[in-house]
Amino acid sequence: MNQNKAIEVKSVSKSFGTYQALNSVSFAIGSNEFFTMLGPSGCGKTTLLRMLAGFESPDSGSILLGGREVVDIPPHKRRVNTVFQSYALFPHMTLEQNVAYGLENLGWNAARIRGRVGEMLERVHMSQMAKRKPAQLSGGQRQRIALARALAPEPEVLLLDEPLSALDLKLRQAMRDELRTLQRDTGITFVFVTHDQEEALDMSDRIAVLGGGEVQQIGTPTQIYEEPVNRFVADFVGETNFLNVDVLETASGQATIRTPFGVVLTVPATGRTAGGRATLSIRPEKINLGDQAQGIAFEGRITNKNYMGGYTHYTLDVMGTELRASRRNASREGDTITLGATVPVGFVPGSARVLAA
Amino acid sequence: MTDSALHATAEPERTPRIRFWHGLSFWGLLPSWVLMGLALILPIAIIAAVSVATRGAHGGFTWDFNLAGYRHILFNEGWTGELEFTPQYLLIILRTFVLAGATTLICLLFAVPVAYFICRQPPGRKAALVYLVTLPFWVSMILRVYAWMIILGKEGTLPRFLEYFGAPAGLSFMFNDGATLTAMVYTYMPLMVLPVFASLEKLDGTLIEASHDLYGDRWVTLRRVILPLTAPGIIAGAILVFVPSLGAVLEPTLMGGGKQMMMGSLVQLQFGGGRNWPFGAAIAMTLMALVMIFLIFTGLRTARRGTAL
Repeated sequence: MNQNKAIEVKSVSKSFGTYQALNSVSFAIGSNEFFTMLGPSGCGKTTLLRMLAGFESPDSGSILLGGREVVDIPPHKRRVNTVFQSYALFPHMTLEQNVAYGLENLGWNAARIRGRVGEMLERVHMSQMAKRKPAQLSGGQRQRIALARALAPEPEVLLLDEPLSALDLKLRQAMRDELRTLQRDTGITFVFVTHDQEEALDMSDRIAVLGGGEVQQIGTPTQIYEEPVNRFVADFVGETNFLNVDVLETASGQATIRTPFGVVLTVPATGRTAGGRATLSIRPEKINLGDQAQGIAFEGRITNKNYMGGYTHYTLDVMGTELRASRRNASREGDTITLGATVPVGFVPGSARVLAA
Repeated sequence: MTDSALHATAEPERTPRIRFWHGLSFWGLLPSWVLMGLALILPIAIIAAVSVATRGAHGGFTWDFNLAGYRHILFNEGWTGELEFTPQYLLIILRTFVLAGATTLICLLFAVPVAYFICRQPPGRKAALVYLVTLPFWVSMILRVYAWMIILGKEGTLPRFLEYFGAPAGLSFMFNDGATLTAMVYTYMPLMVLPVFASLEKLDGTLIEASHDLYGDRWVTLRRVILPLTAPGIIAGAILVFVPSLGAVLEPTLMGGGKQMMMGSLVQLQFGGGRNWPFGAAIAMTLMALVMIFLIFTGLRTARRGTAL
């Protein structure tokens, strides 16, 4: 991956007036990677994407595309295409003309353009609608044309700015798979921006979690979810319980801690030194209830219950501390724990994690 | 079965209500029909009637049907009553169209960058600039034309300025088509800027970004994205400038010196000094017919574009 960096962002900073949108952000994206920038609104992910496209320039730092410095290169000279959040299809052109637009500007000859446009429309299953105008399409269809238009010129990098946010749930799910397949088939580097952690976990090779204009963590979906480096990442990606704990001892990625329930246990930790307070993060689905309880076990009272069909969310009171747990309804009789009941609660220490407080 | 039964019960209930609303829309719109009839259709009908009347011996006209007014546009009646083709008025019509067309084009060339510039400003400044564009309308048109006479005329601002840089003394830019054109462009410019601004304002900025993203440089983006999408505004502006330019009276009379006439000034002359009302009315009706043809043409084009979209 080191030799094949499609994109390098080096200590890029940007502020709008007094607002610091990006604060010395650095990372590299390998070619053929599905890379996601995940973060809440205002975290700087869209600004970063617009910089890669060339619509914004950093106040300081440099951006390399395929090893070439591009900060001063205008958008129309970058081999980068964008799928816009609003799709931005040209309303006065047919779908065919929309897809051909980039190719014409690149100076392809007519026959080659015709072939490529046909191929792209085929690929997104829109061949029959080639002569229609964007206004005659549904949201999902517009999405497909926007993809075809951006992929047609065979860019080095495809940028996707929250492209699924305007679609309804079912369609969004289908488009995720389609996007992933497209990325694998074309081998083009995808840089995907989203605030939806589920989308990010589902599709990405690697995720960069951004918050407050800084990169909080970069890693594979599993790393981001299971080994968050700080409270922000653990909180933003997925649901979790935070417990304040005392760190007694640390050694080689493990920390021995005392939980509020008085139990002393050793759990994985990121960069913690002994002494002082820390935060223990444990995901709801890692907390087992009732007959499933195992590992460190104690008792808790069910104070709230949300039945979701496939699983049930429970809120527990364990010695005055509130914990959330979720339990898969593996059988039809799965949801048998009643509100107010006191049940055995447990978790395996290895599934919890100590974070910087 | 159930469906038709439902319809059967619903039908008699709905009909009177529709009739009520229908009646209301007729009586409710009556004032505007009256206004349109009195202020728009009646005057045109009178002019149409006058155009086919007979010229009176001492000015005025008599209500005798006569096509002499129209005939006079193309032919001159000789002493013996034979008709002789005279291109004199046809040339005026042609000049009028050329000048009005030039005015429209020049207005367009200036208005697009101005409107684009205003569009790119922050909201507060944008409102102020739009107000500034409309500012000349608050001053009487005749005063504005006189101001141009002061600028362009002998001893005027522009000749003095040029003299300072070594131009010969006593220059004047007045009393020619250029002066007429200058005043017309100045007068009708806001009518072009405003609709072009409105359509540029509506243009989605992401489309421009998308064009750049797809390897379109500024020129390609302007030609293939911005212009086609602002065409409705440009067409509206062109109509708003072209149509009154055709009927311009003040500018050719004051700036052009009255020697080189346009249709507007010709009509005015016939109703005034020329004392040939039927002829004046005939020119007015011809002008209107030509404008109608132009509007119907652009209207059809826009409609076709609309259905294609």
